[in-house]
Amino acid sequence: MKGIELNVELYKKVYLIRKTEEKIREHYLEDEMKTPVHLSIGEEAIAAGICQALNAEDQIFGTYRNHGIYLAKTGETDRFFAELYGKQTGVAKGKAGSMHISAPESNFLGASAVVATIIPVAVGVSFANKRKNNGKLAAVFFGDGALDEGAFWESLNFACLKELPVIFVCEDNGLAIHSPISDRQGYRSISDIVSKFECNVFEEETTDPEVIYRLTCNAIQQQKKNHKPCFLHLKYYRYLEHVGINQDFKFGYRSDEEFKRWYKVDPVNLQRRKLLENAYSEEEIQELEKEIDRQIDNSIKSAQKAPFPDDSELFKEVYA
Amino acid sequence: MRKISYREALNEAMIQEMERDPNVFVYGLDVSDHKRIFGSTVGLVEKFGPERCFETPLSEDAMTGFGLGAAINGLRPIHIHTRVDFMILAMNQIVNMLSNYRYMVGGKLKVPMVIRAIVGRGWGQSSQHSKSLHSIFAHIPGLKVVLPTTPKDAKGLLISAIRDDNPVIFMEHRWLYDTIGEVPEGPETIPLGEPNILRSGRDITVVATSWMNVEALKAAEVMEKHGISVEVVDPRTIAPLNDKLILESVKKTGYCIVADNDWLNCGFSAEVAARVSEFCFKDLKSPVSRIGFAATPCPTTRPLENIFYPNAINIIREIEQKLALEAVDLSGEEFYSWEKRFKGPF
Repeated sequence: MKGIELNVELYKKVYLIRKTEEKIREHYLEDEMKTPVHLSIGEEAIAAGICQALNAEDQIFGTYRNHGIYLAKTGETDRFFAELYGKQTGVAKGKAGSMHISAPESNFLGASAVVATIIPVAVGVSFANKRKNNGKLAAVFFGDGALDEGAFWESLNFACLKELPVIFVCEDNGLAIHSPISDRQGYRSISDIVSKFECNVFEEETTDPEVIYRLTCNAIQQQKKNHKPCFLHLKYYRYLEHVGINQDFKFGYRSDEEFKRWYKVDPVNLQRRKLLENAYSEEEIQELEKEIDRQIDNSIKSAQKAPFPDDSELFKEVYA
Repeated sequence: MRKISYREALNEAMIQEMERDPNVFVYGLDVSDHKRIFGSTVGLVEKFGPERCFETPLSEDAMTGFGLGAAINGLRPIHIHTRVDFMILAMNQIVNMLSNYRYMVGGKLKVPMVIRAIVGRGWGQSSQHSKSLHSIFAHIPGLKVVLPTTPKDAKGLLISAIRDDNPVIFMEHRWLYDTIGEVPEGPETIPLGEPNILRSGRDITVVATSWMNVEALKAAEVMEKHGISVEVVDPRTIAPLNDKLILESVKKTGYCIVADNDWLNCGFSAEVAARVSEFCFKDLKSPVSRIGFAATPCPTTRPLENIFYPNAINIIREIEQKLALEAVDLSGEEFYSWEKRFKGPF
C-alpha cells in the first residue's frame, strides 16, 4: 500500500484511536467502566504505523497501555467497549478489562500489566513461528520502563542468540509512571546499549504514522534478510496522566510547555493535514470521521445495554 | 512387570511423548550437559536434536515467559529446573502470567506447559538447594501441582502433565530418583488429580507427600509388626486437590497424620488438616497431627540437618501418641539414610 491510500488507512487508525480514547474520557466519570485505563493519546502514530506495516497474521503483544494497538490491529470497537464495561460481550467477558485486553482472533495475543512480563511471551511465540517456519512475525510493545527490568534483557539476549523473528517496540515516553529516565538509566542511550546485541536497531522521534510505517517496513525487510530480531526505539509524548483520563501538569513532574511543543506535531492533526494536502477535501475527511464516530457511538450504546456475565462465568476458564 | 528407576521412568515418559508429538520440547539449564538433570534427560538431544532439547541462558524468569509464548502458539514446552530454589527466579512469570494467562484472554488460548523442578536433598544442600514450596504453587488458581512418589507415578503422571492443556508444576524429590519399581513399558497415563492408596490399613491414616511417602511406608511396615495397620494415602496431585480418598480413609480409621515434605506453617499439611477437620469432624477420634520440616532454614551440618527433616521414626512416635501405645522398640529396625541409598521397590 502506498500514497494516498496508505495515508487514508493510517489516518483512519489514528483517528479511531484518538476518538475512542476521547469517548472513554467523556464517559469514564459515569463510573460504568470500572477498569483502570492507561490511555494511548499521543501515542497513536506508533500503534497505527506498526500495525499497518505488519501482516494480519503477525502477532502482537502489549502492556496496560494497549488501546492503541488493539484498535490499530482489530479496527473493531464492539467487543472492546463491552470489555471496558465488563460485559459478557467483551473480548474476555469482562475478565480482562482495559489492562489485559487482547484479541487472539485478530492475532493480538495478550497484554500484561506487570512491566516487561509480556516480552518473553512474544519471544516464545516467535520461537514457535520459527519452528513452524510459517513466516509470521511477533511484535511486542513496551515502554522505556521495561528496560529497567531483567526480563527485557533476558528476552532480548535469547531472541538475539536464537535469531528469532520478533520485533521489540520500545515506546519511549521518558517516564516510568512519573519517574524520568534520568533517575533510572545508568547508560548513555537505549539505542546505544541495545545495539551491542545482535539485532537490527532503529531509532526515531516522530509523530508521523507514515514515517513509522516505513521504518517498520524497513525493519521487517531487514529481519527477513539477516534473520536478526529488530528493536525499534520510538519516542512519543503521553498527553494524559499515567492512569486515568486527566491531564496532570499541575503536579509539576513535567511541564505543559513540553506538551505544547509536542502538540504542534500532534499525530492526528498531522496526518489529517497530510490528507488535506493530498487531494482530500475537508468534507471527504469529515465523512471518514463521521463513520468512525458512528461506529464508536454504536459500540458504546450496545456495550451499555449488554448483560454482565453470568455468575457462573467466574469459575470458567481457570483451567482448560 | 519390568522394574526401572524413577529417573528412567521420567526419561522414558519424555522420550515417548516427544516421539508421539513433535510439538513437545525440553529446555532449561543443564538439560543437555554431561549430567543430564540427574540422568533424567539422557538421550534426548541425541534422539531429537538441539531444536527440541536445548540449554538456555541463566534467565529463569524470561525462559518461563518464553515457554508460555511457545505454549500459546502451538508447542508443548517442558522447562526443567535442577532445584525448586532456582525456579523461584521465575515466580513473576509463574504467578503473574502462566497461572492466569488463559483467564485473562477469556479462555481463547491454552497453556500446555510443564515445569519440572527437583526438590534437593542429600547432605549439605543447605538453605538454597533444598526447598519444596509446593503449597505456594498449589495456592494459585490456574496451576496444577504434581508430586510423583513412585517410578510408575513419575512416568504416568509426567505423560499426563505433558498432554494437559494447563501449566503443570511437576516436583521431583532428588532422593526418589534412585528408587526402583514396576513401570509399564507403554505410554500409560495416570490422570492428574487422582490420589493413590500406597498401602491399605485400618487403624490410622497417614497422608504423605513426595519423599514422606517412603518414610510413611517404612513406619507402616514397622507398626505392622506391632499389630497396627497404617493406611498411607499419597495425593500425588495437590492442585487441584481431589480429597475424596483422604476423607474416606480418615472416616474409616478415625485418625489422621499429615506428613508433608515441606514446612508446616500455611502449608499443604494445613490444607489437608483443615479439610479433614471440616469433613470428618464426627469421625475423628483425635485432632489431626502434622509432621514436616522444622520451622527453620535448612542447615548444612549433618546433625542439625537430621533434626530438620522428619522421618519414619517421627511418624512412628506420632502414631503411638495418637493410638496411646507404648513406644515400640526400634533397635532392630533399619531406616533410610543417604549413605544407604534406597532402591525400592515400592
